[in-house]
Amino acid sequence: MGKTIAEKIFDAHRVNMPFPDTHVLKLDRVFCHEITTPIAITDLMARGMDRVFDPTKIKAVIDHVTPAKDSKTAEQGKILRDWAKRHGIKDFFDIGRNGVCHAIFPEKGFVRPGYTIIMGDSHTCTHGAFGAFAAGVGTTDLEVGILKGICAFHFPKTIKFVLNGSLKPGVYAKDLILFIIKELTVNGATNMVIEFTGPVVDGMSMESRMTLCNMAIEAGGTCGICYPDMTTVEYLWEFIKDEFKTKEDALLEYSKWTSDADASYEKVYEYDVSTLEPMVTFGYKPDQVKSVNEMSDTKIDQVYIGSCTNGRIEDLRIAASIIKDKKISNEVRAIVSPATPAIYSLALKEGLIEIFQDAGFCVTNPTCGACLGMSNGVLANGEACASTTNRNFNGRMGKGGTVHLMSPATAAASAIEGKITNSQLYKA
Amino acid sequence: MKEFSGKVLFLDRSDINTDEIIPAKYLTEITKEALQPYLLEDLTLNGFNNKEDIQNKTVLVTRANFGCGSSREHAPWALEVNGINVVIAESFARIFRQNMYNCGMLAIELPADKLEYLFENYSGKDTSITIDIDRNKIVVTSLDQSEEIDFQVGEFDKTLVKEGGWVGYADSNY
Repeated sequence: MGKTIAEKIFDAHRVNMPFPDTHVLKLDRVFCHEITTPIAITDLMARGMDRVFDPTKIKAVIDHVTPAKDSKTAEQGKILRDWAKRHGIKDFFDIGRNGVCHAIFPEKGFVRPGYTIIMGDSHTCTHGAFGAFAAGVGTTDLEVGILKGICAFHFPKTIKFVLNGSLKPGVYAKDLILFIIKELTVNGATNMVIEFTGPVVDGMSMESRMTLCNMAIEAGGTCGICYPDMTTVEYLWEFIKDEFKTKEDALLEYSKWTSDADASYEKVYEYDVSTLEPMVTFGYKPDQVKSVNEMSDTKIDQVYIGSCTNGRIEDLRIAASIIKDKKISNEVRAIVSPATPAIYSLALKEGLIEIFQDAGFCVTNPTCGACLGMSNGVLANGEACASTTNRNFNGRMGKGGTVHLMSPATAAASAIEGKITNSQLYKA
Repeated sequence: MKEFSGKVLFLDRSDINTDEIIPAKYLTEITKEALQPYLLEDLTLNGFNNKEDIQNKTVLVTRANFGCGSSREHAPWALEVNGINVVIAESFARIFRQNMYNCGMLAIELPADKLEYLFENYSGKDTSITIDIDRNKIVVTSLDQSEEIDFQVGEFDKTLVKEGGWVGYADSNY
């Protein structure tokens, strides 16, 4: 019997199995942000265990509320900043150099095929796009990760999606993952890894693959995974070019992180997605999904383009291509938040920021803020937001507010019309 | 080991997420105790009042996929600082479940029919539950009835509960 990619990663990182179905794994990366890490730090200090297992494998960023909005968030940033300094954690991204964790860490080349990664953030599953096993954890797991470089997991049962055909114009990775969550339901992948495979995924950029993997958690999944290929190598090349003579050599090495043809799956889903339409959520669960056409004319108050799901350069390019030479509706306000400083700079160079501003968008610094109702775009009671984020829980972006999850293209079209709108309307 | 006994809070809904258990705006707190007033503040459930209904309750009984969404350990902490160390549900989101055991708390899974039985026979009454972790029994009692229900818990989870959580166990074993 062959093995899945997750099983291979487990085999390569297993420290031991202290109990049945308890796999303690060695970690290649521990990622940290200022919301879930400070309590781990203060707890370690209180226990007299203020140590880190390896400062080169720990990466930290302030991203949820930045710049600090009040004394409490300033204190959280300070705890993280002081800790990074105290332990010589060089890859700490402070205000001005900081971006949304699941965008900036891949961009800096910190994720490689075959890695094990944890972070105190449920959307850590994003990094599986590189063929890594990356899982969101709580503060205690994070704390042990920081201290010992290990984490315990159950066996990674895997669900496989084989995605055939090709996406229509105006249909993107976000529409696909919303469709998949609808099929799986919000706990259909609990305790399982989701593999995304097939020609549609093979043809996707790393950005799109990250969008897919990012929302694996919304179906309960531990991690979303795509097999590494030449697209992965190209994305990583500037960071790995000293390790390999050629890109083909890198591909050969990374190809070992692929599932065997005879690997065992919990379930395999195969779809031809050529007829898939743009999708959007209704209600308060991410599996409450309809086509945009079914939801069109739903009135909105705010549009938000950004987040670890859809705040990357590809997303801004798509949205800007629809917004260009148009104005947002007088009935809405619109916010775009490039996910990292590098994305922001590139968007400036490409003229995208000007397009957004001319259309009437507010352009914010990179931050997670609005997605979870912490800052930079919180909704008022009774308001609705067309959002490229990942959660539509009741009150997620502000108490009493409603969130409709959608692609950047749909969000851009919706900003122009002031209601949920199919972006295909604007494409010749 | 923590105490796993007391009055029961029944929440008759599936997919209660961690934003409902503790809203993100309170994640700027840097002590667990500060979360105490805000437990279940944003829960969507008809008739539920988070100020009154959680008073003196120390065991939570609910439906499927409890604790889905964010990884925030603030969710178990908010339960813990309100005295709730046990959640019994049909199923849990992975991260929430692990967070509970990592804190030395209990997240017990029961089949849907047994949960339905608990809701039908004990919800709306003055019900108490005591967990006997050595015998894998849930002892449920109300004014007019009392019985034992079996549950399963893995060896790793049980060890974490007995040793008071993952940090201590990991530090002494790795």
